[in-house]
Amino acid sequence: MTTVALDRTSRRRRRRRVSSRVLKYAALAFAAVVVLLPVYVLLVASFKGAGEADPSRAWALPESWSLDAWREAWNGEQYGLLPFLKNSLKLVIPATLISTVIGSLNGFVLSRWRFPGADLVFLFLLFGLFIPYQAVMIPLTQIFIDVDFPEGIPRLAFAHIVYGIPITTLIFRSYYATIPEDLIEAARMDRAGMLRTYWSVVLPISAPAFVVTAIWQFTSIWNDFLFAVFIVTDPGQWPVTVALNNTTGSLVTPYNVQMAAALIASLPTLIVYILLGRYFMRGLMAGALKG
Amino acid sequence: MRKIRRWGPGLLLVSPSILLVAVFVYGLIGWNIKVSLSDWRQAEETSGFDTSAYKELFPSGVGETGEYVSGVATGEQSDTLSTDPAWIIDLHHALLFTVAFVLGALIIGASLAFLLDKGVKGEGMFRAIYLFPMAVSFIAAGVVWRWLMNPAPGDRATGFNLLFDKLGLGFLRNDWYLGQDWGAAALALPAMWALSGYIMALYLAGFRGVPEELREAARMDGASEWRVYRHVVFPHLRPVTLSALIILGHISIKVFDLIVAIGGKQLITQTPAVYMWILIYDARDYAKGAAIATLLLVGISVLIVPYLIYTVRSERRV
Repeated sequence: MTTVALDRTSRRRRRRRVSSRVLKYAALAFAAVVVLLPVYVLLVASFKGAGEADPSRAWALPESWSLDAWREAWNGEQYGLLPFLKNSLKLVIPATLISTVIGSLNGFVLSRWRFPGADLVFLFLLFGLFIPYQAVMIPLTQIFIDVDFPEGIPRLAFAHIVYGIPITTLIFRSYYATIPEDLIEAARMDRAGMLRTYWSVVLPISAPAFVVTAIWQFTSIWNDFLFAVFIVTDPGQWPVTVALNNTTGSLVTPYNVQMAAALIASLPTLIVYILLGRYFMRGLMAGALKG
Repeated sequence: MRKIRRWGPGLLLVSPSILLVAVFVYGLIGWNIKVSLSDWRQAEETSGFDTSAYKELFPSGVGETGEYVSGVATGEQSDTLSTDPAWIIDLHHALLFTVAFVLGALIIGASLAFLLDKGVKGEGMFRAIYLFPMAVSFIAAGVVWRWLMNPAPGDRATGFNLLFDKLGLGFLRNDWYLGQDWGAAALALPAMWALSGYIMALYLAGFRGVPEELREAARMDGASEWRVYRHVVFPHLRPVTLSALIILGHISIKVFDLIVAIGGKQLITQTPAVYMWILIYDARDYAKGAAIATLLLVGISVLIVPYLIYTVRSERRV
């Protein structure tokens, strides 16, 4: 009698557990579908031909798959993004490399070759991570004009390097804080100077932090719009975000071209994310300070 | 002397960064404040002292008391500058956007982390999907979301409205970001889409940071799984929640790209950061643009400075 009752409750409990698990997966899958919905729209629309622009069929798959929109958004006469993709590359590669190196040196000193007040200096730098860049934008554009800084991409690269100092320093400082103090002390015992210690002890084990920081900088510089729209006045030097906004902001641009353009402009960062997602995640965590 | 030889090179190596940040962060902020207090309100640069830009950004009542306190004799007859109506609209948008975005992203992110916490098949895949919007620019995301949230009526409907019709959920049709009252909340949807995954990742790390022994001990005491969460796990997550709130709040205050990508320069979607851009680029009203930028900075500093100090202090304690 009691065993039967027990059996029944345990069966009920198991059933409840199964149904709660089904519910859990359903919720997770639903969230995944919602997150991917914009990707579906982008892909489907970008492969439609000019003749399929009828909005009532917008959610449907293309009747015939066409690359016209991609071709137009890539290097079409009117909407081609190619020159702006080149601008973005010319901006992103040097800016990322330089700011990563600066971050590494700063992070090393502020965690493992400290001087009195190093924490205060770190705090002083860190504030720059959170400021709204609007608060420096007017004088920044002004200062570039005043000192006759080379126009366009060099200005933008300079801005990204300077305002990248806080985040790159933060990521490296947290990373270097995890290397054992003994390693550094051993080098000091050997009377190795600062640069020598950095070069022969610290740098060889820095690869993960370099990858994390470079991905972070690459993504945020590639995706930046605010600095670019304020600093770059010559349309020939626009990075791809500004060009994309200009293309898609106009109502006459066919929507299949808009979608293809948005995809093309996002591909570099998406590829980095897909290939190096693990490191991308670590950068995000560093961005959250102690999170 | 030996000490200086020990730490001198380090300071020297960091000093270019200190200098750059001193000039380009702190110095330019100061310069910006100076511009905001100037009469540079047209294309040509002028540098006379003038507080009219700020007066236009505060409800006129505040402006009057300000004059009264400073004892200006002409306070009574001064033609009080009326508050800029666009700015009032911006503030409403910013408030609504912030509330919707911060709460939405926080709740979605925490819930997803909660669901993933206890081991799920395909966790890596789910995580990768939820987090991928972080790699996409707001400009590119805005292109799709503008289409998804297109409010065009009747047969010209696209995006969600069309989808709702097809699914027989026509009553859900709405004006999205062009809605008179709730438009700014609709603009928060793509922002939630972009950042919920990030919040999920933060919380998931927080959940995983709770020592398993603690959970086990509570279970041994006969606590139900829910009570384990309530009394053991959740209290551990307070620092995560604080970080998440700070991150979301500061993104929200300065939101710019997304709004430009979706709404352009329309007043109905305008936020303070967008207005600042319009003032500089179209109206050439530098003092007022700088004043808005200063207010954005003040808003964010109120959020960030205590947090930074708290973080560095607790780091030192460890």
